Amino acid sequence: MDRAETDRRIREQLEPFNSKRIAVAEGTSFAGDLEFDSLTVMDFVAAIEDEFDIIISMNQQAEIETWAQLVDAVHAMRKDGA
Amino acid sequence: MSEGVMQADQPPVIEAAPAGDLFAKFDGVIAMREGLLKAGQEDPFSLVMEQVLSPTRAICNGRETILLGTYNYMGMTFDPDVIAAGKQALADFGTGTTGSRVLNGTYQGHRECEDALREFYGMDHAMVFSTGYQANLGIISTIAGKGDYIVLDIDSHASIWDGCALGNAEVVPFRHNDIDAMEKRLKRIPEGAGKLVILEGVYSMLGDIAPLKEMVAIARKHGAMVLVDEAHSMGFIGENGRGVAEDAGVMDDVDFIIGTFSKSVGTVGGFCVSNHPKFEIMRLVCRPYVFTASLPPSVVATAATSIRKLMDGADKRAHLWKNSRRLHGGLKALGFELGTAKALSAIVAVIMPDLEKGAAMWQALLHEGLYVNLARPPATPANMTLLRCSLCAEHSDAEVETILGMFERAGKAVGII
Repeated sequence: MDRAETDRRIREQLEPFNSKRIAVAEGTSFAGDLEFDSLTVMDFVAAIEDEFDIIISMNQQAEIETWAQLVDAVHAMRKDGA
Repeated sequence: MSEGVMQADQPPVIEAAPAGDLFAKFDGVIAMREGLLKAGQEDPFSLVMEQVLSPTRAICNGRETILLGTYNYMGMTFDPDVIAAGKQALADFGTGTTGSRVLNGTYQGHRECEDALREFYGMDHAMVFSTGYQANLGIISTIAGKGDYIVLDIDSHASIWDGCALGNAEVVPFRHNDIDAMEKRLKRIPEGAGKLVILEGVYSMLGDIAPLKEMVAIARKHGAMVLVDEAHSMGFIGENGRGVAEDAGVMDDVDFIIGTFSKSVGTVGGFCVSNHPKFEIMRLVCRPYVFTASLPPSVVATAATSIRKLMDGADKRAHLWKNSRRLHGGLKALGFELGTAKALSAIVAVIMPDLEKGAAMWQALLHEGLYVNLARPPATPANMTLLRCSLCAEHSDAEVETILGMFERAGKAVGII
């Protein structure tokens, strides 16, 4: 289970929320580039939580601004032996 | 969700201001407000009531107005017994306590008020705070600390969010009223961590209610403590007016009920009732209880009298429900889109197509002589614009028909129906 696989699976979850088809790179920000509002954030986070069977609390979300930070955080939390 | 007219209940993440003016961070809100006023709108957030004639009538900006946007659900604000109790306390105990509950701020009246709450809810302990906001802030931040987990509905009131933030617990929200989403999150909480589930009986934006029977059972199954905010249900939901938890038959499985005096009780203040055997220690460890002045004697006297009258309020309760059902049914028949399929509480939310039409409709109703609450993004769920109507047990049958007529004329004039 490498980081690239975590990245790929999060990208699948992003699909339905990225309606403007913005190209996502490591430095892409959720508030600025993807223009996520709080409701979108909640639904997107819920989708990732269900995909990986993890909790990303709001306290943890507050530390995540970019795509790279999200992938790193999820990768570190994976229970399936990342 | 609540009445935070210019901001969401969830605290916003504030961007750093450019060097210098600390107020630069408010430029967005300032622009939004100016934009609304430039459109020739009467400012929905600067209404002044010059005279209050009764629980349901006031002179607003010079016009006699029917009030359909207060939380005076049981119409207790002008009850003669309640007023007499307040006057007596003012004369006997003075205007204020000038002290904290734990120092010189506990008078006989504060005890009597807590006795009335214990009796009203049939619970062992009751603790009165100076506002409902402080009750949520104090209880939540004190019982759920660093390392504990709070699982809560995303549409929770600002006082709940602020209590979560103040206590530093891990905060895990779930989609509004989604039982499965709540359970999934509870299951994932690490073994051994403290868990608190926070729910509201009635959610005040749409006037919908929580599926407490199912949710409380799931919370218990996963070993979580349960706190229910019954601010918008006290006095008229449940056989004894104890709220949605009573109506759902789960009072014994709820650890903490939070409530307020500023709605059905008709004054100001907040409280928590509980059967937890160690509850009284909260009086010493809960900072928003300790570090503030207690309520004035007249306020606790009016609250205690009002709470005792609400115990026998079956007739008023029945009339309030009749009003809510009639308004809901009437508005639906006129063609308005409503927040709930049927009347579930004393709040009927009328969904507006957009902010512009919502503001125009609000103004048209005010000119008809009707005050309702205009609720707008980001304070509303799913960024809706709502005209929120909250009924009072003192609205007469005829008044409700008058209100429906006003909605029909205003709705046609604005082009919504």
